[in-house]
Amino acid sequence: MATSYTEMPAAPATPGFGARLQQLLPKLVLSPTVLITLFFVYGFIVWTTYLSFTKSRGYPVHELVGWLQYSRVWAQPRWHVAIHNLAVFGALYVTICLFLGLLLAILLDQRIRQEGTVRAIFLYPMAISFIVTGTAWKWMLNPGLGLEKLVRDWGWTDFTFDWIVNEDMAIYTVVIAGVWQASGFVMAMFLAGLRGIDQDIIKAASIDGATMPRIYWRIILPQLRPVFLSSLVILAHLAIKSYDLVVALTGGGPGYATDLPSTFMYAHTFTRNQLGMGAASAVMMLLTVAAIMVPFLYSEVRGPRTATE
Amino acid sequence: MAQHRDTPHLAQRKGFPWSRVVIYGLLGFFGLIYLLPLIVMILTSLKPLPEIYAGSMIALPQHWTVEPWIDAWERSCVGLNCNGIKGYFWNSTKMTVLAVVISTGIGLLNGYVLTKWKFKGANLLFGLILFGCFIPFQIVLIPMAHLLGKMGIASSTTGLVFVHVVYGLCFTTLYARNYYMAFPDELVRAAMIDGARFFSIFWRILLPNSAPIIIVTVIWQFTNIWNDFLFGASFSTGESAPMTVALNNLVNSSTGERPYNVHMAAAMIAALPTLLVYIFGGRYFVRGLMAGSVKG
Amino acid sequence: MASLEIKGVKKRFGTQEILKGIDISVDAGEFLVLVGPSGCGKSTLLNMIAGLDTVSEGDIVVAGNRVNDLHPSERDIAMVFQSYALYPNMSVEQNIAFSMEMRKVPKPEREAAVRDVAKILQLEHLLKRRPSQLSGGQRQRVAMGRALVRKPKIFLFDEPLSNLDAQLRVDMRTEIKKLHQRLGTTIVYVTHDQIEAMTLATRIAVMRGGELQQLGTPAELYNRPANTFVAGFMGSPRMNLAPAQLVGAGDNLSLEIQLGERPKARIPLPPQPEPLRAYAGKPVIAGLRAEAISYGSKANGAGNSLQRKVEAQVEVIEPTGPDTLVVLDLGGYEFTARLDPDLTLKPGDRAEFNVDLAKLVCFDPGTERLIA
Repeated sequence: MATSYTEMPAAPATPGFGARLQQLLPKLVLSPTVLITLFFVYGFIVWTTYLSFTKSRGYPVHELVGWLQYSRVWAQPRWHVAIHNLAVFGALYVTICLFLGLLLAILLDQRIRQEGTVRAIFLYPMAISFIVTGTAWKWMLNPGLGLEKLVRDWGWTDFTFDWIVNEDMAIYTVVIAGVWQASGFVMAMFLAGLRGIDQDIIKAASIDGATMPRIYWRIILPQLRPVFLSSLVILAHLAIKSYDLVVALTGGGPGYATDLPSTFMYAHTFTRNQLGMGAASAVMMLLTVAAIMVPFLYSEVRGPRTATE
Repeated sequence: MAQHRDTPHLAQRKGFPWSRVVIYGLLGFFGLIYLLPLIVMILTSLKPLPEIYAGSMIALPQHWTVEPWIDAWERSCVGLNCNGIKGYFWNSTKMTVLAVVISTGIGLLNGYVLTKWKFKGANLLFGLILFGCFIPFQIVLIPMAHLLGKMGIASSTTGLVFVHVVYGLCFTTLYARNYYMAFPDELVRAAMIDGARFFSIFWRILLPNSAPIIIVTVIWQFTNIWNDFLFGASFSTGESAPMTVALNNLVNSSTGERPYNVHMAAAMIAALPTLLVYIFGGRYFVRGLMAGSVKG
Repeated sequence: MASLEIKGVKKRFGTQEILKGIDISVDAGEFLVLVGPSGCGKSTLLNMIAGLDTVSEGDIVVAGNRVNDLHPSERDIAMVFQSYALYPNMSVEQNIAFSMEMRKVPKPEREAAVRDVAKILQLEHLLKRRPSQLSGGQRQRVAMGRALVRKPKIFLFDEPLSNLDAQLRVDMRTEIKKLHQRLGTTIVYVTHDQIEAMTLATRIAVMRGGELQQLGTPAELYNRPANTFVAGFMGSPRMNLAPAQLVGAGDNLSLEIQLGERPKARIPLPPQPEPLRAYAGKPVIAGLRAEAISYGSKANGAGNSLQRKVEAQVEVIEPTGPDTLVVLDLGGYEFTARLDPDLTLKPGDRAEFNVDLAKLVCFDPGTERLIA
């Protein structure tokens, strides 16, 4: 019922400075945030991109060198490891979170007693810092003191679980900790989605003789597509930004076996005095995020509204 | 909050409710896995060190002790200082409270302007602001470090407050805007006819009815800012570091025999504020999560 | 002096013209109702009078003052909204007093004014309550109280009864009418419900597509609608409209109604005024109200020289209690008649019905305007 034509009213009776001020007030109030965004978001993006084309090392140098820094980044084996890790970690993280989140949401939707408490148990990891999370999991995955020792003490003396110190397997420990942290969020999204489904459709299907699994597969899941999409995009976004988790869990190690673009960037910027390379890696991170977010946001803003809106 | 309506549930036949067993079983199993790290952290933080080496990670302490907690707070070594983490805890508190209050306040005003005082280009500006929520912050680290240095607030709580306000505005604006969009326009119009102007409307009509979104925004901002590590690690050193940075230093810089119990205690202390906020503000936390991800 | 003058008012939104030039003059104490289907522009016009929307072209004059550039709070108007728009965080008392607070009226004066208004609207026992604790009808009265306390020159009502259930709506309608009779203030009232318009208004402005269709008293609109739209919009059941051929000449005109191959219905007409005579031999659109058709010896105005008979077939019988509405097939077109509740006719019966032609109206088929 909102009239899209309603504008806000004309100036007050007394002309002059006071009146003009009232009319400008909304714009004035909004302007600090706009200016801040323009400078600190867009301006900084431009600045960093500019730096990525310069010869900067320990401090900014205004000598343009074309794509040099980018090629230097790509020449690093460490960068290749980081990219590879991002792909592996990202793919697993997103997939497992989606699956687990959906499973938990379906379970929770079954009229559970104490649903609030159960939900709280799956969601609390999101409330804690990744550093705390990383510390806890580092402890649990510690070969000599954590899970490995526990299982051995229980009798399986040959059990080994030293992934965290294993070059090839360490990235999977990041996956485990990451999934633990984020799947609760996905669960919450799916749960809300499930609750938004029109019950009459399901009743009609039941009357038509469809079994529960069928109803889930053919009716409910398809209706959750928007939630899938949102969750996927957000998870991908989180994966690319992952930094705290890696730092706390493995420190990027062993060696740089669990490096990600984010840790690569930080190391080269602050520790190794390679501002140009750091900037280049940051720009590439931004482009990756944009490649995912922009199409998604565009379709969200332009696309048809769902029935619930 | 749980709505118990007729949800589709796995078929229940007469007799032993196997499906219920499966459901509760699975939930119990997963629940335990999810709780495990928290349990392990708590248990480990209450054990004396020899027990940790000797026993298993989920064993209950034989000698309960809160020494690790006191150690962490008072005496643990972060970098070169061995004065415990209490200083850093207070750093985080100051930083978070200030940043939350400022960013929330500005965000509310922004949301108000964007929804009740529409002018040409308002949607475009909102889009511009919103984009800031999605950038990987690595892209702003270098310029920001440079700028903070120039402004003279490089390694300080003030600097961190500034950074968190700047990059928190997009979220607080988003939340407020979505909330105020659903706020009845007629109330604003009635107030206008009654003679209320820009700030009066905000102060007398909008704000008193904004409790839900204020709570959501505050919880969301508090959690994110308290838990932040990247900005803390990039823009602060030594004394001014926030809790997360201090914790990381503590855990990673021990040499020799690592006092795991102290590490866990420190981690617990770091987690406690947001955990408590979560426990007491649970449903608002969820609303915050959802509001941020479902576009208005 | 007119209380409110709307002079050549237009409203453009981008390239779209929402109001295409409205001219209405409202005298002091009048109850003007703006009525029309959704999207006709009535709410927009009301908002412009209030100052909540800007005027693209034209003037709005309140009590002799041009108010186009004045803030809503300075126009001496008060508004009652569809959703009441009561401030949820304030008590009834504070809601009513809010406008005085904004004008910095001292507390004792405020309290006195609130008490007066509360007395008129019987809200005294509700003053300390919050809106959420009130019923729909009570909220409506508080909304009116908030408007009343400003002692405005003009009251604006924006579909205030749409949110109420049917019975309450009727009760509140009467309340509003009583209030108007008691206070005598000028009222501009927007609704999409033509019954509200008919019962409340001293004059009605029917709008459609941003244009004023007709401005007149309820009787004028009911009996002499300016075009087929107004004819069909006002009154329930709608006026029967059917294409007809005007045959004959001079004083011996007849209406012939026939759809395709259906039996032709022929209604001889009493002598008609000049404008209609000019249409002899041409098609017109004939308009007859449901109550103009009657049946049997208890027919309306039996023996009336303006009555004629016509044969028609009964299609559907709808007893309403006080009447029976009968849908007739007359020359192939559907005519609704308001007949006696004790009617014994059945669907399928063919019979002769009386038609009272005193209130016959004819429209030009091309312009759809009334042939005077």
